[in-house]
Order: sequence, then C-alpha cells, then structure tokens
Amino acid sequence: MFGIYLRRELSRRKKAALVVAMGLALGIALVITVDSVSAGMTQAQGKVLKSLYGLGTDMTVTKARSAPKAGGSQGPNFRFDARSSGEASQSSDRVMTQGGQALKSSLVGKVAAQKGVAAAVGALSLNVTKVDGSFTQGKATSSAGTQQRGGPGGGDGGGRPQVQGGGANFDVDSYSVAGVDVTHQTLGPLATVKITSGRTFTAAQTNAKAAVVSASYAKQKKYKAGSTFEISGTTYTVIGIATPDSGESTTDVYLPLKQAQSLGDAKDKVTTIYVKATDSQQISAVKKTIQGNVSGTTVTTSADLASTVSGSLSTASDLASSVGKWLSIAVLAAAFLVAALLTSSAVSRRVREFGTLKALGWPSRRVTRQVVGESMVNGLIGGGLGIALGLAAAYAVTAVSPTLTAQLGGTGGTGGPGGGPGGPGRQTAGNTLEIALSAPVSATTIALAVGLAVAGGLVAGAMGGWRASRMRPADALRSVS
Amino acid sequence: MYRLTGVTKRYTRGKETVEALRGVDLTIADGDQLVIQGPTGGGKSTLLQMIGGLDRPSAGSVELDGVDLATIGEARLTRLRAEKIGIIFQAFNLIPTLTAQENVETALVPLGVAPAERRARAAEALRSVGLEERLSHVPSEMSGGQQQRVAIARALVKNPRVLLADEPTGNLDEGTRDDIMALLEGLWREHGLTFVLVTHDSSIARRAPRVATIRGGRITLTEQGAAGQEPQRIGA
Ligand SMILES: Nc1ncnc2c1ncn2[C@@H]1O[C@H](COP(=O)(O)OP(=O)(O)OP(=O)(O)O)[C@@H](O)[C@H]1O
Ligand SMILES: [Mg+2]
Repeated sequence: MFGIYLRRELSRRKKAALVVAMGLALGIALVITVDSVSAGMTQAQGKVLKSLYGLGTDMTVTKARSAPKAGGSQGPNFRFDARSSGEASQSSDRVMTQGGQALKSSLVGKVAAQKGVAAAVGALSLNVTKVDGSFTQGKATSSAGTQQRGGPGGGDGGGRPQVQGGGANFDVDSYSVAGVDVTHQTLGPLATVKITSGRTFTAAQTNAKAAVVSASYAKQKKYKAGSTFEISGTTYTVIGIATPDSGESTTDVYLPLKQAQSLGDAKDKVTTIYVKATDSQQISAVKKTIQGNVSGTTVTTSADLASTVSGSLSTASDLASSVGKWLSIAVLAAAFLVAALLTSSAVSRRVREFGTLKALGWPSRRVTRQVVGESMVNGLIGGGLGIALGLAAAYAVTAVSPTLTAQLGGTGGTGGPGGGPGGPGRQTAGNTLEIALSAPVSATTIALAVGLAVAGGLVAGAMGGWRASRMRPADALRSVS
Repeated sequence: MYRLTGVTKRYTRGKETVEALRGVDLTIADGDQLVIQGPTGGGKSTLLQMIGGLDRPSAGSVELDGVDLATIGEARLTRLRAEKIGIIFQAFNLIPTLTAQENVETALVPLGVAPAERRARAAEALRSVGLEERLSHVPSEMSGGQQQRVAIARALVKNPRVLLADEPTGNLDEGTRDDIMALLEGLWREHGLTFVLVTHDSSIARRAPRVATIRGGRITLTEQGAAGQEPQRIGA
C-alpha cells in the first residue's frame, strides 16, 4: 500500500510535488553552479600561477625592493642623428632589465645550497624597446630638433605604437626577453611552454645566437623557425616557436642567459631565481631559510603571488568564494525552508485524510512514514532536476567561456608601507593575462547535490511527518476540506 | 456490548472550556441499533467518537466487551479500531488520490492482510454495495451516493463488530439518502452488527426501536416497542 499510495499522491498531485521539487532544484542547481564556477576560478588561478612559474616552481627569489632613488629611473634614451640630406631610416634598441634590479648569478648556487631546496635556476628578464624611424628635415627646424634629440620621455611610454610629428615618423615596439639557463630548462621561464614548431635550445647553446619566440609574438612579427632578427645589432636566428601551456605568455623572446646578460649589460646577473623545494609541504619553511641566509632577497611563493593577482579573475573568484558561497547557502536554506513549509501546509490541508486513516486503525508511524516517503521522493525529484539544471548552467558557462583578465602584481605604485608585492609580481608588473573561464563539475559536486536532495527531502519530511504524527483520529470528523 | 458510564468530554480552547458531554450513561447490546438525535452542537459526534475509540473521554468509562477504551494504551486502541470498528462519515472521507478499490483496501492495511487477498476482499465488498464496475475510479469520478457506498464497503470489508455512522446521508439528495439508508439497514441485519447511527432525519428516528437524544451534552433515551406504541422515556 505504501508504494501505491505514494505513486498515486505523486501522480495525482503533480503540481504540489513539482513546486516542492522545483524549490529544492533551484537551490541545488545554484550550489552546483557556484561550486563548479569556483572550481573553474581555482583552475584559472592555477593556470595564471603556472604560466608565471611553470610546473615544479615552488617559489622565486628576487632582489629585495629598495626605496626608489630620488629622480627615479629614467626613461629610455634614444639617439638619432639628424641628417639634413634627404630621408633615412634608422633603428635603435634600448634594453633594460625588468624592474631595473638584478641579483648576482652566484646567488643561484647559494640558494640551491639551502636546506630544503631541490633545484634553483636563474633567469634574466629584459625589456627591449625598439624604435624604427625615418626622419625628414622639416621646415620648422627647431621643433624637429627637439624631436630628434629626444629628451627624457621622448620615447617613453612604450605603449604608443606610433609617434608622429615635426617631420619625424617612427614606430615604437616594446617586447620582453627572458634569458634562460639552457642547461636547466625544466625549471624557469621555458618550463611553462611547449615548443610547437622547431626545437628548443640544446644544453650546449649556452651562448648561441639562437632564440625561441612565443607563438603570439611570432605571429605578430611573422617569424618562423629559421627567421632572423636583430637586437642592438646582434642577429639571432629563431630556432623554435613556443606556445604557453595556459593563458598568454609573459615572455616574447627566449635567449640563452649569457646572450641576454650581454644585451642587458648585466654580466653575471639574474633577475629571478626559480626554486623547487624538496617537499611541497615545506615551502614556507624553505622560504624562511632562504630569506634568512641570502640577504637582500625577496622570496615569493605561489601563495604570495596568488594574493597579487588582480583584475576580473580575482574579482570574480572573490565573488564566487564569498558572495557565491553565501548566496548558495542562503538560497539552499530558503529552498529547504520553503520545501518544509510547503510540505507542512500540504499535510495540514490533508488533516481529514490522515485523521481518517488513523480512525481506520492506521498506526501513527505508518501515516508518518507515508508523508516522509512522499517528501523524500520530492527531494529526489528536486535533486534530479537540480542536477540537470546545474549541469546545464555549468555547461553553458563552459560553452560561453567568459574571458577573465588577471593582472599580475599590478598593484604597483611606489612601494608603500608594508612593501608591495615582490618577485615576479614586480618583474611582470602590468602584465595582463586572459583566461577563459570554465565550470568543471566534479563527482564530488554531484555527490554533494544528491546529499543535499536527500537532506532537503528529510527536512521537509521531518516537518510534514511531525505534523502528521500529531493528527488524531478524531480529526477525521473535522470539517476542513 | 457497550457500557458507557459517566462519560464526560471537555474541550479546552485557551481559557474557554466547552462541555460537549456531561455524564452520559448508556448501554448498547450486541447487534442492536441505536439512533442518536439532537440539535446541532448537542454532542452527537462527540459521543460517537467516544464509542468509536477515536478520542478519549475526560471522565467516565467506555467499555466494549469489558475493555475500557478510555484507559487502554494507544497501540491497543488503534488495533481495536482497526479490527472491530467500522466508521462512515458525512463527508465520505475517501482518500482523494486512491481508487475505490484502494480506498477499501486501506481498511485492511493495518490488519496485515496480504495484498492479493486485500484486493480480492475489497472487490468483493464493493460488489456487495453494488459498485463492482467502479473499482478503479477515483472519488472525484463518482457521485456522492457512490462515494458513500465506497465508504460503506471500506467500513465493512474488515467484518467489524461495530458500525458507526455520523450523518451518513447528510451530504446526499433525498433519493440517494433512502438508497443508502436501505443499504445500511440491510447490511446491519445481514452482519449482525452493533449499529450506532447519528442522524438529523426524524423519519429514520421514528422507525428506530431505540433513540438517544443529546442536548447540551446530556442524553435522553427513548425506547419504543412495537410500532404504534407510545414512546417510553427513560433516563435523564
Ligand atoms: N475539537 C473540538 N474542540 C473544541 N470544541 C469542540 C470540538 N469538537 C466539538 N466541540 C464542541 O463540542 C460541542 C459538541 O460538538 P459535536 O460536534 O459533538 O456536536 P454535534 O451534535 O455533532 O453537532 P452537529 O449536529 O452540528 O454535527 C459543540 O459545542 C462543539 O463546538
Ligand atoms: Mg456532528
């Protein structure tokens, strides 16, 4: 009878059952969506960190930030000769170490020798600003002269693609170069990329005039394996095209470390030491050891770095973890409450029905079981609908894959109190990565949803069952329809 | 055999206390019929609840075959209702989502009758009230008279000792009313039931050998011998 009665109730009172089930379904769907989107955010953040660090990098060591000197760093300085005779094309490269501060190469060995350090590899990051221009002597010589001489700031603001004026016409192109230790490519900048064309450096090419170029930069410049280009008068041959494992590359050109050092006038210097710890559980201890023993350095772990990620990714991820979490808890609680109240009121409306069953000699527990059974089935229907709805939502998010941007260490400015984010955060200041958001649904999420459905059914059933258990056989005579 | 002594029922709602029954004494022999009459709010339904073990009196005892329904445990009282007492209500009280047959089966559920036997007995009971062609209809697909027949089948399918009816024809039109009353009378005689009937219908009361009138919670019994004899008043 239990089964028949249950089936009849659910099929002949579909609307009531569906209302309760839909309420639970919405709550559960929201939980699945928020859960999967947060998982997607975590994945995206992981990608961002990975694209900076590479697999296996646990922390980086950089020079401790020193207070900016008065006058600040000067903008790049370009010198062109103004020729009065006709028109000529000229080109000039300005190479700077990123962040302007570098460590001695010897520190790589010192860091590697620290307790808990499995490997340490140095790399040098450079910014190259290339100015190509053609000049004609204008009529207004004085203004042209100013332009030609190019004072501080003349070519600064590397973002401007073209500057025109006063009889001058030139392009400014800025790109980043990483000098990598070709003997240890599994750690450091090249660890985050795949060579999709050509090949990478051999261990012997410690000072070769060879370059690996990022896919996006190669596309922009129409470089292929075998192409050549010049930096400050040195010609490099492109031997490979690198595609970052995730996001966008923060480096355009990879050169052997020694080449980069000579280009950047940074002999025996590195900007970043990539460190792999022997035990990933001991990262903060290793960080302390390095900071204590190698003075003048800043050690940045991925946990530190994560806090410097800003932009829509971090906003969205904060939103998902705070607002999303609370919102889904609130909606779920509301759904449970609504389900419980609806069940309870449905039971109240059936007071005569349950009173009659009791008058017929049905024990109270049999009546209660019937009500709880109905609620459980409602909960499971709600769970099923909710899972379907949640999967659809997660699928939609993945299909649309909204793009989130992540600014790395973009908090910039002059190092305020407490010190700004250091390390790669500074090194890649202003770097923006674009990450497509996906919403992966895990088995745990589904299990959670099923658990919630059962819980929702139980909460509603407990409420309704309690109501039903309090009804008396004399209620059969009550005139409530 | 019913023996009610000093049955009093008080309902308390907040500060207000209603005395629905005030010291009712009553005996009903096995197989007898008792018609209960009285003005609205007099306490008819309350008395029927006491007799049927649907509620317990505030004071006094309700003995059925020597068992006091006022004091036995809840489980025993429930069991007793399931086995011995069949009830019919004014509003039929069928389970709206169940078919006629399933509604009748609900009376056999607490007795632990096996499903196949349950179905067979329910079908048989429905046949005895003339509804063999309505087994799989739900209440909303049946007329009031048909619904009350289903309720009668439900009350009798378990072969109870006692049949209680609270205004069973109150929601029916005149023609149907007579059909139902004729059916009940027939079944009462056929099964040798103890039959307690609450009704407003004075024509039924006039024909009945024994009538209890309840007014303000007090009972007045009227016994009439053969038809035509003057009614004889007993009790207070
Ligand atoms: N559950 C209850 N709570 C409070 N008062 C009640 C309850 N049931 C009945 N009463 C009161 O007890 C009195 C007797 O009620 P009862 O239902 O027995 O009357 P009745 O004779 O059956 O009336 P009717 O002919 O209208 O059915 C009435 O005053 C009624 O208001
Ligand atoms: Mg009544």
